[in-house]
Amino acid sequence: MKYDILIAGVGGQGVVLASRMLALAAMKAGFRVSTAETIGMSQREGSVSSHIRIGDEISGSLIPAGQADLLIGLEPAETVRNLPFLKKGGKILSNSHAIAPASKPPGSPEYAPEALLAFLKALIPDMLCLDFTRLAEEAGTYRAANVAMLGAAAGAGMLPFSKETILSVLETEIPEKHRAVNRAAFEGAIEKIKPGTLIGNRR
Amino acid sequence: MTEKKLLMGNEAIALGAIEAGVQVVTGYPGTPSTEALETVVRYADRCGIYTEWSSNEKVALETAVGAAYSGAKALVTMKQVGLNVASDPLMSLSYIGVKGALVLLVADDPGPHSSQTEQDTRVFGHFANIPVLDPANPQEAYELTKLAFELSHEFEVPVILRTTTRVSHSCEDVELAVAEPAPVEASCEGFVKDRRWTIFPRLTTERHPWLENVQVQLSERFSELPYNSVSGSGKIGIIASGVSALYVKEAVKGFEGLFTLFRVGTVHPFPEQAALSFLKGVEKLIVVEELDPYLEEQALQLIGKAHLPVDVYGKKNGFFPVGGEYNVDIVIDGINKVLSKLGEPSRLSHASPAVLREELPPLPVRAPTLCAGCMHRTVFYAFKQAAKQLKKDSQVETIFSGDIGCYTLGNAFPLNMVETCLCMGAGMSIAGGLSRTNSEVKQVAFIGDSTFFHSGIPAVINAVYNGADVTLAVLDNRTTAMTGHQPHPGIGVTVLGNPSKAIDIAGVIRSCGIGSVRTVETVNLEGCIEAAKEAMEFKGPSAIVFKGNCVGITKSGIKLTIDTESCTGCGFCIKQLGCPAIFLPPGEEKPFILDSCNGCGLCAQICPSESISEDGVKK
Repeated sequence: MKYDILIAGVGGQGVVLASRMLALAAMKAGFRVSTAETIGMSQREGSVSSHIRIGDEISGSLIPAGQADLLIGLEPAETVRNLPFLKKGGKILSNSHAIAPASKPPGSPEYAPEALLAFLKALIPDMLCLDFTRLAEEAGTYRAANVAMLGAAAGAGMLPFSKETILSVLETEIPEKHRAVNRAAFEGAIEKIKPGTLIGNRR
Repeated sequence: MTEKKLLMGNEAIALGAIEAGVQVVTGYPGTPSTEALETVVRYADRCGIYTEWSSNEKVALETAVGAAYSGAKALVTMKQVGLNVASDPLMSLSYIGVKGALVLLVADDPGPHSSQTEQDTRVFGHFANIPVLDPANPQEAYELTKLAFELSHEFEVPVILRTTTRVSHSCEDVELAVAEPAPVEASCEGFVKDRRWTIFPRLTTERHPWLENVQVQLSERFSELPYNSVSGSGKIGIIASGVSALYVKEAVKGFEGLFTLFRVGTVHPFPEQAALSFLKGVEKLIVVEELDPYLEEQALQLIGKAHLPVDVYGKKNGFFPVGGEYNVDIVIDGINKVLSKLGEPSRLSHASPAVLREELPPLPVRAPTLCAGCMHRTVFYAFKQAAKQLKKDSQVETIFSGDIGCYTLGNAFPLNMVETCLCMGAGMSIAGGLSRTNSEVKQVAFIGDSTFFHSGIPAVINAVYNGADVTLAVLDNRTTAMTGHQPHPGIGVTVLGNPSKAIDIAGVIRSCGIGSVRTVETVNLEGCIEAAKEAMEFKGPSAIVFKGNCVGITKSGIKLTIDTESCTGCGFCIKQLGCPAIFLPPGEEKPFILDSCNGCGLCAQICPSESISEDGVKK
């Protein structure tokens, strides 16, 4: 068994925390696991990504290009930036909520999130896309968008373990004062992606 | 009872060290090494371990050396560039040796992700005659840490545990021999006076043969260790160490019959006997390693020495990239180049991506930047204004030198305020050099508070002694921000959170003899500009200590808003500051302030239409 997940976003969105949750859930489900993340300069509003490799035969912690089974993008441009990691037939879960770059250095292309989302939808039929930031905000804080996306991934059956497994990890890993909000975001997302709900290209 | 825990490589190293009985742990923060010491701190009280963030790596090593001379087990942590700072005591230490045990964790950063260089500590170990262990993943990092302490104790030599970013910063399910770290059993006999601790030419002469002999003994021991292992049965040999060995394993999956892999875990001294028996079984040799061609050189030497008919394919003949971080795809490309050269019909195949990189639409550049509300932004902006004024009034240009820390990001658009950056503490001395060769130009050097204590002070003394006309701006945000908010000698708190004497930076500068020293709070932009002007007009070395709080640890609770009525949409705030909290939606004219605002008030102070004000208390 091998399941490679790549999480991408912007520094401050909780990419590293989300990858830790997935890794702990994978361990709880009895798998071997390895993660690699960007730490350091990129934390400050830069692009951040985390590789999570789950399975019995793990080599290095970096997912080779074209081998990720699932790409979780906390931000549209970062989802697109990391597309080359996704394998043919791989799945995508993307936040539609855009974060514009803090500064626009000369020569940097204009950020057009709508166009990027359209590009994604045209290319990857098996994609879930939603404004998870707003969803998290409704649950209590926009900061829980990462956890909302874990909920969506678990609820849509995109993970190699159950939503109960990851929920139990959240219970132990998230400090008590933030726990209720995160649980609400997690469960709110599962509710939203119930069959029959229109999300992205899925009907 | 063993237990599996999700551990980062650095955490695994810390637990390995505690299990090995480490009693003293010192270091200076540096990505990707920092979390090792931070993890020890979590257990310091419970396990009875002395821990400190030292003012720099040389001091950290020397402190650990003192402990080891007393028979204690000591660990010192740093990144690869930190080893340069510590190299002076290290080169002498290899002759003297240690008692107890002394392990250096040195984290290399191929890529590099957050470093000035891509230097290779394996080569440094070779240069310094110090054994180097090179783990591939957190599990091995944990095990090799324990081995490092054993070897150091047995052979009385310092041992380097060398990691790379993908080992130090990978998380993995690590199997630990003990579930929870137990108190360290202190077995330190104390310092015993002996001439062996005092390096003199005569002692060096005596010790050199011993040092060389230890290399031979260690090479023999290493050849028997399971961390140097052979797998596969093919006629093409591959030699690799560290995380590169894992990339190879993944790259050649399904082709195990074609290759024989020799994984080297103890890289220096090179395990000659083990390598020799591997080399005798192969016709061709591929060397896969990040950074320097260390294994390649060792293999070439051995092949020559033993007159083996083996061709070598590596960096030296262009089959693998000389720099940059490796991954499975780079390894596949390199091996395929060799297969093609050898006339082998097989090719390793890449995974097929859903989308190729070339097919992506244009994406906005997302460069790291100073945080919203960062005090450094105010200082850079103040100097920019002061320099403009200086140019207007007296046609004098200014050069801004910087060094290593968050404030290196002052070079980013739109501030563009760091024109030289070489290494920790170099801003002031480089500015001094520039002042000798650009006499008509004003020199300003920026330095952080932690960096000031690390290696800034000697440069201040030099500027005074030799009369360099330089303005020093100390960016005192009350923490070591870039590496994750570690305390330093200016804070008045130790790594364990215990109170200590806070060293006053302005007082140190004054005592070094700088004539004009001022302290300014960064909440007041006008005051900062005034201070900058005054310091730049001062003849001879001058200094300002800018005091503010790093927003990473102190939230102001204030949020600013832009009044859409009075805002003229001039865009001045955006064009001047590059603050990530000020946002202009595409197609709109007037910006607004995001929740990430930390209320520094800089934008309110520069807004031409005075449209930015405090919104009250943030949620």
